[in-house]
Amino acid sequence: MSNKRVVSSTINGQQVEFLTEPQQSLLECLRDTLGLTGSKEGCNDGNCGACSVLINNRLVNACLMLGIEIEGKDVVTVEGLADVHELHPVQEAFVLEDGLQCGYCTPGFIVATKALLDKNANPTEDEIRFWLAGNLCRCTGYDKIVRSVRLASQLMNDAKEGLQ
Amino acid sequence: MSKKMIERDKHISVGTRPERMDAKDKVTGHALYGTDINLPGLLHGRVLRSPHAHARIVSIDTSKAEALPGVFAVVIANDLPEADDRTEKAGESTINYKFLRDNNLASDKVLYVGHAVAALAAKSPDIAQNALELIEVEYEILEPVLDVRHAMSDKTQVLHEQIRTDGPDGSGDTPSNIAQHIRHVKGDPDKGFSDADVIVEREFTTVPVHQSYLESHAATAVWGMDGTLTIYSSTQGAFLARRQVSELLQYPMSKIKVIPTEVGGAFGGKNPTYVETPAALLARKTGRPVRVVMSREEVILGTGPGSGTAITVKVGATKLGKITAVQAELCYEAGAYPGSPVHPGAMAMFAAYDIPNGQIDGYDVLVNKPRVAAYRAPGAPQSAFAGEQIIDELAQKIGMDGVEFRMANAASEGTERLDGSLHKSIAIQEILGVIEDHPHYNEPLDGPNQGRGIAIGFWDNWGARSSVEINVNSDGTVNLISGSVDLTGSRTTVAMQAADVLEIPFENVKSSMVDTDSISYTDTSAGSRTTMATGLAAVEAARDVLTKLQLEVSDMWSVSLDSVVYSKGVFRTTERKSENITFADLAAKLSGQINGHGNVNVENWAGAGGGTIVDVEVDPETGQVKVLRCTAIQNAGKAIHPGHVEGQMQGGVVQGIGWALYEGYQYDELGHVLNANLLDYKLPTSLDVPSVEAVIIEKPFPSNPYGARGVGETPIISPAPAIANAVQQALGQRIDQLPMTPTTLLEKIGVI
Repeated sequence: MSNKRVVSSTINGQQVEFLTEPQQSLLECLRDTLGLTGSKEGCNDGNCGACSVLINNRLVNACLMLGIEIEGKDVVTVEGLADVHELHPVQEAFVLEDGLQCGYCTPGFIVATKALLDKNANPTEDEIRFWLAGNLCRCTGYDKIVRSVRLASQLMNDAKEGLQ
Repeated sequence: MSKKMIERDKHISVGTRPERMDAKDKVTGHALYGTDINLPGLLHGRVLRSPHAHARIVSIDTSKAEALPGVFAVVIANDLPEADDRTEKAGESTINYKFLRDNNLASDKVLYVGHAVAALAAKSPDIAQNALELIEVEYEILEPVLDVRHAMSDKTQVLHEQIRTDGPDGSGDTPSNIAQHIRHVKGDPDKGFSDADVIVEREFTTVPVHQSYLESHAATAVWGMDGTLTIYSSTQGAFLARRQVSELLQYPMSKIKVIPTEVGGAFGGKNPTYVETPAALLARKTGRPVRVVMSREEVILGTGPGSGTAITVKVGATKLGKITAVQAELCYEAGAYPGSPVHPGAMAMFAAYDIPNGQIDGYDVLVNKPRVAAYRAPGAPQSAFAGEQIIDELAQKIGMDGVEFRMANAASEGTERLDGSLHKSIAIQEILGVIEDHPHYNEPLDGPNQGRGIAIGFWDNWGARSSVEINVNSDGTVNLISGSVDLTGSRTTVAMQAADVLEIPFENVKSSMVDTDSISYTDTSAGSRTTMATGLAAVEAARDVLTKLQLEVSDMWSVSLDSVVYSKGVFRTTERKSENITFADLAAKLSGQINGHGNVNVENWAGAGGGTIVDVEVDPETGQVKVLRCTAIQNAGKAIHPGHVEGQMQGGVVQGIGWALYEGYQYDELGHVLNANLLDYKLPTSLDVPSVEAVIIEKPFPSNPYGARGVGETPIISPAPAIANAVQQALGQRIDQLPMTPTTLLEKIGVI
């Protein structure tokens, strides 16, 4: 039991050090060790996407990675998207388009959507549906989620134009 | 007062689309679900589950597990007091406490793979998992009973020696796996069939499907030194969970506080408790908080599902298109303990039609599978899959359009159903009218191997008890609390109704769900009841606030109570034109010491009809069915929040698509589940389904102040038969089993 390792990484912009046993998943580390319970466990085997996080800007299921694997890496969870007083445009879009019901899958969808829009600012409906096929939602039937992603795309493009 | 509808040209909140109150917490990851609860000193509970589908427990030895460092306690059924053999209504299902006890922790027999046998608490999840493997259970393996028809034979091994069939002609005298046999008869079915020109008959089968809420069952229990047991639970009904724990522990309700967490989906499956009582036992034994969270595999093996069924149905009609008689036999798997939804399945099967003669026999059948739980319109999707295909086939045989045939036989207000009840206003004709006129029904299909199908459905809904309290603050805002667990937005929709009655902005109402210590009894959030029934309690509470404020105003101005009127947020008196005071100013004057109570028991509610139009494309080489387009139509009575109604419809339809095409338990011959994970138990993804167009019809139910009806369940009923009807049109082959997988289709068309 004393084979714990120290892991140093950046999580949501903060330098973090934490202890993990080698077999612990990143999801366990985030939720149980670091108190970041926004990432959810739906299946623990990579099929539902509720634990989607970004590692060095790449979308991954935190349940499929070990905590020790994020040594030196940059991790963004759903908690890292909003400023203290302002929602991220993706979050704002999900609120405005009512892209959630029970909300359990929502953090995963929010993170996955951010990853999509960072790569592709103007996805088509097919591209949205394809990209989000790794995230399961049991409540909404996906229509309002797709609408949320479209609105998020628009809000982010508007913000970029505003900056230029 | 609630009998009167609120007539206004324009409602203030009702019918608008405000942001859900819980949205920001949920999009930022701050909302706390059952799985997120953490307390100082928390121990991790895990449950040992049976590897056998049917076996007698000879012995359980927990000593090695208890000796493992880091393990704090192990509990088995003997740690629970004996439970009453008593059955009570619980939501749309029933609970027998003796069976519930055995389902929480098996005593003499295990009845399905995944049946809970023991539970333990350890300082880490890994230690808990390792300790499970040290519990030694000796089993005497018995023959598993897995097929519903086989289970019904009197030669088959019985699951429960003490169960006799509770039948229409009394109780049976030998042990049986048929726990109940119900029968509805109307008119003279034999004569009806002899009057028919065309008769069609078929057998349909469906396998169990899981509600598949993404958050698994989770409960955290902690005992106070004063004997208070606090349980954080991901439950549909805090009071229902409290009642179950109270019964199983034989402990007073007053000393059990259930705090409902945010719930990550339920759909009927979080009415029964599974982990709450084991968590409470472990917490009592260890003196520490204990959290029990199921894995996905445990959820699939040990909870839910919806019944697998075998249904035979026969319908006769005249060549002019009038149904003369129906006959059906509905065999529903209950799983390990009695209580399948065969009653509502039988109710819903032909409820949308005016059937002159009919007989339905329903059987509640025990098999070695998990005890079923309610799943969204429990029992109805299975019977509709059979009923709406037979209706379609009959229309084809007669040579009538499907809508026209349904219209010719549609039920209306006052129609006597086969179960003997009389329909209230149900708007089936209106739904069929919308289908007939909808562009989706009229535009041509645009490719080979495509088909279009329709189906309709009816669900009865529920009313029951709800409590709401409203406290007025000195700044004119109000706090509303209710005993209802908010599953998909009821905090918002209930607050909208209160704001509407109080004639204050919706933003001035803060609505919360609270624990069982904080409000009076409220039934579980089930049966599509919450927005309607708890909404009615909010209307009553708001009216109570206004009545009290009017009294204050009449005292303050020394005018008669009758003269005080309230409109658009301002109190006036008809005695003196000059006097007026706003809601907020009055609240300030009274320091906010005004509250209103609404305690309702809704005994008069209305069901809701709905329908589905669907286009599919079938790949004749792979057997794959693609849903191209889908339109859902539903009578909401009054859509309190149209966005939420659309969400219920779209979500329900997609669950129906999953049921139709992908989902289902697969068993081996020993009763092991072969697909207890979300890869092999396939749920629909965003890529599998189109955007479902939701068409809301508003035919008000006059006994509700807004005319509202429940909306949550009806949408799941008609998608599977509509898809089957569409597949039939595409392939020329009727599919009589669910799910309609590629393998099933290829077998039916003779490719494999």
